Amino acid sequence: MTYTFGLDTFGDRNSDAEGQSLSHAQTIRNVVEEGVFAEQAGVDFFGIGEHHTGYFPMPAGDVVLAAIAARTDRIRLGSAVTVLSSDDPVRVFQRYSTLNAISGGRAEVILGRGSSIESFPLFGYDLADYEELFDEKATLFAELLKGGPVTWEGKTRAPLLNQDVVPHTESGPFPAWIGVGGNPQSVIRAARLGFSLALAIIGGPPARFAAYSELFQRALDKFGRPPRPVLVHSPGHVAASDEHAKAEFWPRWRDVITLVAPERGFAIPTRESFEREAGPHGALYVGSPDTVARKIATNLRDLAATRFDLKYGLPGMTHDQLMTNIELYGHQVIPRVRELLS
Amino acid sequence: MSRTSTPDRLAALAEERALEATVTQPRKPSRLAVLGAGHVGPVIARLAIRAGYPVAIATSRDPEDIALITELVIPGVQPRWADDAVAGADIVVLAMPLHRFLRVDPRLLASKLVVDAMNYWPATDGVLQGLGESGSSEIVARRLAGSTVVKALNHIGYHELEDQARPAGASDRRAAGVAGDDPAAVAEIADLVDRIGYDPVRLDSLRRGRVLEAGGPVFGAVLTLPEFERAVREAAGSLA
Repeated sequence: MTYTFGLDTFGDRNSDAEGQSLSHAQTIRNVVEEGVFAEQAGVDFFGIGEHHTGYFPMPAGDVVLAAIAARTDRIRLGSAVTVLSSDDPVRVFQRYSTLNAISGGRAEVILGRGSSIESFPLFGYDLADYEELFDEKATLFAELLKGGPVTWEGKTRAPLLNQDVVPHTESGPFPAWIGVGGNPQSVIRAARLGFSLALAIIGGPPARFAAYSELFQRALDKFGRPPRPVLVHSPGHVAASDEHAKAEFWPRWRDVITLVAPERGFAIPTRESFEREAGPHGALYVGSPDTVARKIATNLRDLAATRFDLKYGLPGMTHDQLMTNIELYGHQVIPRVRELLS
Repeated sequence: MSRTSTPDRLAALAEERALEATVTQPRKPSRLAVLGAGHVGPVIARLAIRAGYPVAIATSRDPEDIALITELVIPGVQPRWADDAVAGADIVVLAMPLHRFLRVDPRLLASKLVVDAMNYWPATDGVLQGLGESGSSEIVARRLAGSTVVKALNHIGYHELEDQARPAGASDRRAAGVAGDDPAAVAEIADLVDRIGYDPVRLDSLRRGRVLEAGGPVFGAVLTLPEFERAVREAAGSLA
């Protein structure tokens, strides 16, 4: 079994060592450095999640990925996620196909329905329609990925008649995943449309997703498709020791979840709920390289997944903390997980 | 089966409970219909199946569409058309987004005991008329004038609901609120909540059930029975 390991960021706004927020621009330049450093540290994939807020100033991740592509040779680069419901599938395909050209075939895309919803009012979409928007747009995106001229008609954008959408890729479709947060009907949709499955596990015991992984492969089979990979995306932070990692992560986690809780329906975290999530049966990967590696290995095995993407960083953390996290993840966590799984 | 909340029914229920306390033979469990197979519905269905309830699940579409989901994710559940699932049920659990519920024909649920496990999220549900003066379950109840509505299972995250369930008497058992205007209905749902793994805390009106909503003191919180009762009391005090 071949396992791959990624890092994801939402462009979490950095602070300096004194706790002062850095500018959006400096945060974005830091993300470029982090992506380049991730390759040097031996990470396989670097992903950027689309967000439109002051604490996640990252609406154009593809531009940032292009800058990283120009300075790297091996690391794969993609969205994590693209909020497809409030975007035009044709434009998303064009941007990532362009990234694929710049990077020599290293582009990927993870499509999300939108659990972060700030892009809907920004671009004039009605959130009540997000299910329908996503279904139709993901269907069109699957057509665009095939590469030939596209004929398509729907409710969410202008029809396409035998339309050639450029730039063409050099070697077929680039990898495309659908991000799912726990709705089994979204798992079925990913299989029906022929996408790979990205399980976003940000709370509660990851083991409950084992049934989703099996559901995905069974659904692919039912739709006459070959097996496809499953990846796990979860938040975390790696530092020298468990105590050190928790001390850096917990106050920032409490602050950002408290901030987004009202609109996303999250509970306000307490120290107890955090300790549970950071423990062996929770969804957060916060700790020493060994603690985090063991948890990743266990969950990849239990969920029959072959890729793990750590969503690193939080608003208010320093660039130095993030670089240390990347170094430990690449040099210690990944080799340790491979060892545990071999 | 239609249900009413006449004094006769109350008396019968009280008698049933008294019998239960003395006789070890469990009574015939109520039949559940869970409407919604997204994040929340499958979790509630699994817990109820584990507790011995016969459970059907339905979405707005053909049950064939969710057959794989029910087989793998909710073993033991019956996938049905929504009207069949409701017709065969004593208790109907609403586990769909609130804005979807607003498209459901209230006649579908007429005369049923309905558990409102939904939450109101303005960003996705739009602005609900009358909210601000009343809680979301009161709006649900007004829409379902022919049904008996109880608010429950809305304030524990779907990702925690199974993990936190404990058998009666466990030292780390968590409490869960059950609110409604009809005491017999509240008693019946309190029994359901107890059987699936939580210490029920009864609130004698949907109005008082507002304390269970997002932003309230128990929403998403891990609380034991005394902690939960204290939180509810303090919230009531601060509103008074």
